[in-house]
Amino acid sequence: MELSYFAIIIGAIFVNNVVFAQFLGICPFLGVSSKVDTSLGMGAAVTFVMALSSVVAWLIQEYILVRFGIEYMQTIVFILVIAALVQMVEIILKKVSPSLYQALGIFLPLITTNCAVLGVAILMIQKEFDLLQSFVYSVSTAVGFAIALVLFAGIRERLELDGVPAAMKGVPVALIVAAILAMAFMGFSGLV
Amino acid sequence: MNKLKIITDGILKNNPTFVLVLGMCPTLGTTTSAMNGMGMGVATMAVLIMSNLVISLIKNFIPDKVRIPAFIVVIASFVTIIEMLMQAYVPSLYASLGVFIPLIVVNCIILGRAEAFASKNGAFDSVLDGIGIGLGFTIALTIIGAVRELLGSGAIFGYSFGVADYMPLVFVLAPGAFLVLGYLMVLFNKIAKR
Repeated sequence: MELSYFAIIIGAIFVNNVVFAQFLGICPFLGVSSKVDTSLGMGAAVTFVMALSSVVAWLIQEYILVRFGIEYMQTIVFILVIAALVQMVEIILKKVSPSLYQALGIFLPLITTNCAVLGVAILMIQKEFDLLQSFVYSVSTAVGFAIALVLFAGIRERLELDGVPAAMKGVPVALIVAAILAMAFMGFSGLV
Repeated sequence: MNKLKIITDGILKNNPTFVLVLGMCPTLGTTTSAMNGMGMGVATMAVLIMSNLVISLIKNFIPDKVRIPAFIVVIASFVTIIEMLMQAYVPSLYASLGVFIPLIVVNCIILGRAEAFASKNGAFDSVLDGIGIGLGFTIALTIIGAVRELLGSGAIFGYSFGVADYMPLVFVLAPGAFLVLGYLMVLFNKIAKR
């Protein structure tokens, strides 16, 4: 597929934003994003894991699954790879960089169940990207995720001070805010 | 425990979408029409029932430390089976649900029920729990899909009322998903409190 890197980056961050247009990674989006600081931490952790897992998943797809003709094992293999990778990153970070581990630590176990990570791995294979394109695509998707998370956290911090009707407290009002943000992001459509 | 109560609990008291707020990605991503929502719900229910059954049967053989990876392998196997079946028998539905079918693996509802129910209860109860939670999820997705289809394209289950040109298309697009789910939750909270 001939697609410029610029188009991949802008497309993944704004036009097809992972949260607002593709509905991936909604659980951490609703769960974690109530403070700007924690959102930044989560965004960084997701970027790190997504970049790593997309490269590993691409290599496995190309050199193991396709070579032996067992593409139907994709779902099982990818989820195991991601789970193992997250564990490994956690162990290595703890040894090599305790300060970074402190910052990202609590978010790492949550990432295994972040469907954006598995979703990106499957989507980039579907789009037939090469290795570098896959890497760029996954990093830009993660940046889009982080932007969505931080934007949303900023709004929610203010929302806490406002009087929200009892039946709308918590998730419902968060979803309605997300709807308005999604409308804003629709303005980017047609850009690429 | 009362057998019927396990099922009704899954639909009402522990409704995965409106009460537990789990599995949001497929809820928002696949409910562009009532039919798609129902298809996703049924596919998830099938995986949930099978994985609950198998996990409740093998729970005594799995060491506690590796139970989560073991559960994930069981779930991923059933997802792959469902994926292949859907590709073979309902190709149009398979195409419109797209990436969300393999993503059933990371649906928190399934792992959540494996951990919270199937790993503590017998096989029969676990199947009933799978049916209850699965029905709760399917009903929720069908309602959301129906509302979005009706408001966005003036149709229901593909039956058009011929007013598609006058309806706000935004309900079928991304913002409509968040909006409809948000307001349906408000409605559910209002009714549940009474």
